[in-house]
Amino acid sequence: MDRKQQAKRRDNVLHIVVCIKQVPDSREIRIDPKTNTLIRQGVPSIVNFYDLHGLEEALRIKEQIGARVTVVTMGPPQAEKSLKECISLGADEAVLVTDRGFAGADTLATSYVLALAIRKAEQEWGPVDIVFCGKQTLDGDTGQVGPGIACRLDLEQLTYVGKVRKVDPEKRRITVERHLEDGVEVVETGMPVLVTALKELNKVRRASLPGMIRAARYKPVIWTTADFPDLDRTKIGLKGSPTVVAKQWVPEVRKIDGERIEGDSPEQVAEQLVEKLWAGGLPERLGWKVPS
Amino acid sequence: MAVAEEKNTAGETAPDWSDYRGVMVVVEQRAGVAKAVSWQLLGEGRKLADKLETRLMALVLGHDVEHLAKEAGYYGADEVYLCDAPELKDYRTRPYSRVCLKVIREVKPEIVLFGATGTGRDLAGAIATHLPTGLTADTTILDVEPHPSRLLLASRPAFSEKMMATILCKQYRPQMATARAGVFQALPRDESRQAPIIRVENEMREEDIAARVLEFIGETGRVNLEEAEIIVAGGRGLGGPEAFGMLKELADALGGVVGASRAAVDAGWISHDHQVGQTGHTVRPRLYFAIGISGAVQHTVGMSNSEVIVAINRDPEAPIFQIAHYGIVGDLFKIVPAITKAVKKKRGLSGIVDAARAGEPDAAAARAETAAAGDGGPAEAAMPGEVPAAGGTGEGGKNAAAAATEQAATGTREEERG
Repeated sequence: MDRKQQAKRRDNVLHIVVCIKQVPDSREIRIDPKTNTLIRQGVPSIVNFYDLHGLEEALRIKEQIGARVTVVTMGPPQAEKSLKECISLGADEAVLVTDRGFAGADTLATSYVLALAIRKAEQEWGPVDIVFCGKQTLDGDTGQVGPGIACRLDLEQLTYVGKVRKVDPEKRRITVERHLEDGVEVVETGMPVLVTALKELNKVRRASLPGMIRAARYKPVIWTTADFPDLDRTKIGLKGSPTVVAKQWVPEVRKIDGERIEGDSPEQVAEQLVEKLWAGGLPERLGWKVPS
Repeated sequence: MAVAEEKNTAGETAPDWSDYRGVMVVVEQRAGVAKAVSWQLLGEGRKLADKLETRLMALVLGHDVEHLAKEAGYYGADEVYLCDAPELKDYRTRPYSRVCLKVIREVKPEIVLFGATGTGRDLAGAIATHLPTGLTADTTILDVEPHPSRLLLASRPAFSEKMMATILCKQYRPQMATARAGVFQALPRDESRQAPIIRVENEMREEDIAARVLEFIGETGRVNLEEAEIIVAGGRGLGGPEAFGMLKELADALGGVVGASRAAVDAGWISHDHQVGQTGHTVRPRLYFAIGISGAVQHTVGMSNSEVIVAINRDPEAPIFQIAHYGIVGDLFKIVPAITKAVKKKRGLSGIVDAARAGEPDAAAARAETAAAGDGGPAEAAMPGEVPAAGGTGEGGKNAAAAATEQAATGTREEERG
């Protein structure tokens, strides 16, 4: 049975696309103190962990109300490994969009390609209802690709989602909690919708044994530039990227020849410190009223 | 768009962007209260506009927000675009981006800045794709090349704050960036600055907007590190979540808030909104305590611009001492309570009533005094008086004082944010 037939059999369930990215675990990246450059060697590649929370939520919706979950990534051939991880967790299909022409993309060019890939996934497996992205990637830290995809596909957009309260496939509405700096916003909107996931969204499951077996045998679907007949080559890769990195440097932390405060007892040290802070004009700078 | 091309000095072919002039800051607000980052960006935008010899514009969106348009002038804008409509009461991507796109297309600013908040990033990401143009996220240093290139030099931390990168957008206009809160400085509020207000129509009708904001649960107890003047931060050296209580006591005594290093957050000792540095907050308080924090660069990039840094660590070789103004080597479990005690003593003895920050000095002082009447005297009253976050101190008399101050503190914030 080919994929289109499979899709037809399930066309009464939601179609959820999860966009993921394989990233170097930037937490493990160190700076070479001699050359002031990044040491990339030996840095493990992982699935951007916010994306995994998006996948987890998709899988939970699949379990609760039924959905078909397609994972899409743009990246080098090695990103297959990350797609297999998503399959092991329970995704139905995984697509690798890969081509040298896509390399060097900034967020604008990336959202263009991912939007095309989602359109193509709709042709293969049915119209999309929800797209999940991570709130941002570990290596880019921009959070711009999600809104970019939503804009290109004319989807509703819900960013920084810490909880999905309700998905109503009949009314085609979704209610979520967005976690913002100053509080939690409860928003309801229509589908199709793009949701960007925070790690508060859920706890990511471990792969099951059958999942791992399926992943080991699974061959991700691979799409290259040749698979997108309508592709506008001025919008991909370096050429399609308005932003360029002009320079990179290691920030120098200003060094201060600070004063060590010593004393015979903690009390003595504490009092000295407080005297020094006060003598340094702390109350005045804070606008504390000091009665004369 | 027909774009004439000309050679710039670098010899590269650059489009002619001479229609695009001016720096625009998109002001973010909730319920008519502006985010501090908006005024900070006007302060920074002022510098950029002056260097480019162009105008600084603000764009204010919302419902019943005309007062913010005036405020934007007080904080440095030369002209203010105002879209005031009931449909814009709550932030929603579609109607907000529609208005921004209309203004940007008509006014043609060469630079557009947003706060790197959830809302700012949501909005900027949508707009940049629509236009389309380049967008640099989460910048912490902004500069411009003077005429003729007029390039925005947008710099931001990269690779978990271990590096900085400068990002340019040469071939598209406007150049857009989101900028981190707490990094740039607002100009002093100047009511004599009256900027002309240009009204913009909202064209999106409620029935065409799918999103509904059902509820907003404000977190008043939530820490606001970017705006805190004093931060008492703890790290791995604390050994567990309990010690943060000790830090809170010191923070309360100083009227500050509690921060944390990533190690402490990752260990689950304290929530992520307390995190300073890497993937957390960048702060610039007047006083920063680094307690049990070794001083990895991921942390120090987020706090090294604090005015005064006090480091307390058992390890005399800890790198944090290199950037600290005052260093104390020793057992933090003994030293921190001693400092709390010394601060209380000092502040109690000097009889400070923190009314100066409260906007209405007399009223706030009166409230603090009233509250103090039922309590242990001026020394005790002074303490919660400076601690807006000290609501949970538990002792009967203090609660009244804390409540009184909370009103005063709210007044301050509204005053500041206008």
